[in-house]
Amino acid sequence: MRFALLFRDFASNIHSKPLIRNRFIHKAFFHATRTILQTTESPPPAEGFLPGVEQSKFIKSTQEEALKNPELANTGVANGETKRMNMFQAINDAMGIALTTDETAVIFGEDVAFGGVFRCTLGLAEMFGKDRVFNTPLTEQGIVGFGIGMAAMGHTAIAEIQFADYIFPAFDQLVNEAAKYRYRSGGLFNVGGLTVRSPCSAVGHGGHYHSQSPEAYFTHTPGLIVVMPRGPIQAKGLLLASIRNRNPVIFFEPKILYRAAVEEVPVGDYELPLGKAEILKSGKDVTVVGYGSQLYTLERAIQLAEKDIPGLSCELIDLRSLLPWDVDTVANSVNKTGRLVISHEAPQTSGFAAEVATCIMERCFLRLEAPIQRVCGLDTPFPLVFEKFYVPDMTRCYDAIKEVVNY
Amino acid sequence: MLSITSRLSRNISVLNGRTFVRQFASASAETVNISLPEGSFKTYKCDPPSFEIEVTKDELLRLYKEMVVMRRLEVAADGLYKSKLIRGFCHLCTGQEAVAVGMEAAITKDDSIITAYRCHGFTYIRGGTVHSILAELMGRNTGISRGKGGSMHMFSKNFYGGNGIVGAQVPVGAGIAFTQKYLEKKNATFILYGDGAANQGQVFEAFNMAKLWDLPAIFVCENNFFGMGTAASRSSANAQYYTRGQYIPGLQVNGMDVLAVKQACSWAKNWTTNDQGPLVLEMVTYRYGGHSMSDPGTSYRTREEIQHMRSTKDPITGLRQRILELGFATDNEVKQFEKDARAEIDEAVAKAQNDSPPDASELFTDVYVRGTELPNIRGREREEFAVMNQ
Repeated sequence: MRFALLFRDFASNIHSKPLIRNRFIHKAFFHATRTILQTTESPPPAEGFLPGVEQSKFIKSTQEEALKNPELANTGVANGETKRMNMFQAINDAMGIALTTDETAVIFGEDVAFGGVFRCTLGLAEMFGKDRVFNTPLTEQGIVGFGIGMAAMGHTAIAEIQFADYIFPAFDQLVNEAAKYRYRSGGLFNVGGLTVRSPCSAVGHGGHYHSQSPEAYFTHTPGLIVVMPRGPIQAKGLLLASIRNRNPVIFFEPKILYRAAVEEVPVGDYELPLGKAEILKSGKDVTVVGYGSQLYTLERAIQLAEKDIPGLSCELIDLRSLLPWDVDTVANSVNKTGRLVISHEAPQTSGFAAEVATCIMERCFLRLEAPIQRVCGLDTPFPLVFEKFYVPDMTRCYDAIKEVVNY
Repeated sequence: MLSITSRLSRNISVLNGRTFVRQFASASAETVNISLPEGSFKTYKCDPPSFEIEVTKDELLRLYKEMVVMRRLEVAADGLYKSKLIRGFCHLCTGQEAVAVGMEAAITKDDSIITAYRCHGFTYIRGGTVHSILAELMGRNTGISRGKGGSMHMFSKNFYGGNGIVGAQVPVGAGIAFTQKYLEKKNATFILYGDGAANQGQVFEAFNMAKLWDLPAIFVCENNFFGMGTAASRSSANAQYYTRGQYIPGLQVNGMDVLAVKQACSWAKNWTTNDQGPLVLEMVTYRYGGHSMSDPGTSYRTREEIQHMRSTKDPITGLRQRILELGFATDNEVKQFEKDARAEIDEAVAKAQNDSPPDASELFTDVYVRGTELPNIRGREREEFAVMNQ
């Protein structure tokens, strides 16, 4: 009841005197954010089953490494502080900044007021008030539709769907309403302020409904932006960019990385570009493409292949954003290497790798030295007891690299 | 704490106080008439079932044993999950046993039940052995879904699962009820969902179809007061779930009293199979544990509240008191039931632990009907696939 009243007050205030009220919130909470964020405890020790994350060369565990990133050069954080955060803390930090800097931003979803099942919204309700960070009923279609309505009014709506496996009840709202709002209203309305966050991918024992990677269903939908980060620094920068991007964004967070990936994350406000891939490692013989948690598997596969095949050097590319995706970076790489391996956890048939393979075939046909290899999940439902067979593990990625080399 | 308990006691008067139990010596001395407490039912657009229920000694003892086994089963699952022998997501029904046990007592195996992910108890009561449930939880080939499903995915004859997506089972249940009607069977479908799921749009879509076509569908909202971590009153504009069918009559039931549940379900079955259309039942119950194993269940309610519910409303304690008062069993006999249940579960745990996981070839089976599989399961090496096919 109290919540309902608060919300009604909030709603009426939006119409009456938004600026006064929101400015007050802004100032009061800006101070609170800074204080609380600075005193947040350091992350718990890295955990999770994903091998290789802790040892990964792509994990920036010192301030120097973190700030070396050229993409941070013009963001104002390049010379700033960093703080050790795992991925859920980095996401939390990004949302704190979004709420502080955008007085129209609100966060809602199932149990988010208590921090959410993965703790991504921890403390935000206390910090920003229950009218800005609030629980919804269990109603995924409703959550997204509601967010679309807010965004159509020009608000910034940050919705959480508790697991990517639960995004399907909201599929219609995302595909038919969010993605086409601008187009079908001839540009009069849009839902650019909508960002839907959702934890995805395998976690070691998630079973059928807590493990899926549904990104390709959405990359098939013009009008949406689809993003998947690989670690804390990226998650923060890409999420802020997604929230501020004036298109509806689906932001998939590989849940295994919430605690497994820990980095020194710049504490300031920064964005990383959407639609731009990142070359994680340069190489001349094989281009290896992935995104999200799969990159750590690919990194290990490359290390093994380079050890086993003397002189081999692989280039590893993180797509980061899948719609739009950075064809140029991948095509340039394949034009150099002549070989391509793509890997993702979702099933192979009609998976995102098919799109990458086709585009590269069109762009690099004469340069290809071997058939493009896809290393993906199997064309079966995501299994419980057979997860280790299902996932495109290090050995399978390694095999694919060898296959294109030996072709 | 106070708000929840006062709500409960407002909705449902205290069960099994001595004054409510009126025993009539019948000819066999094995049958008793019990008057259910006044607050056992609340109605919406219908008259309540009779508050008088006739039960036999054997039945009371059976209901008691079933609830005790169910609770031991969940205690075992809790331990196995914590020792990582159960993987996946796991939702326990501790505290809510009376709903499944009372419902099954009112219907026959030809009636259908479909529920959500809190399904271990229902699987047991629908005929799944405790061994097959524990084996499924641990992913063994002797599991009730051959080890391929896990906690949320259990099925048996006329029990359509075990469904992991919140609210998705409700329209499915309407389809089952339609088929029963189409086949002119005198059976009903009990469609369970939680107070959280009650807010899913699909639920209302199913209500409409069921009423439109007068299906033998009984929508059963298990109101345990929390949809995951959110209190019912904070998620639902109308938390009187038995009235939420609008044009469908409803009944609120004390879901902590197995006899009230039984009475309500047999009344409901009778109603729907006589072409009076669907019903909405609200079982007011309580889960002692968290929403799932990863939720300690204490961040959104106090330990005192849980303790209070356990000590005053527990369905097992309530029935035990009734049995003792009626003289149907002695204290020692009741304790023996509990020991037997523990032994049965322990044995099943040990057996299931020694069972093997399903054969690796099972990874590819049951995706399509046998004989129409994809020519090749893509994503693996051809050689590997050939090995798996052997």
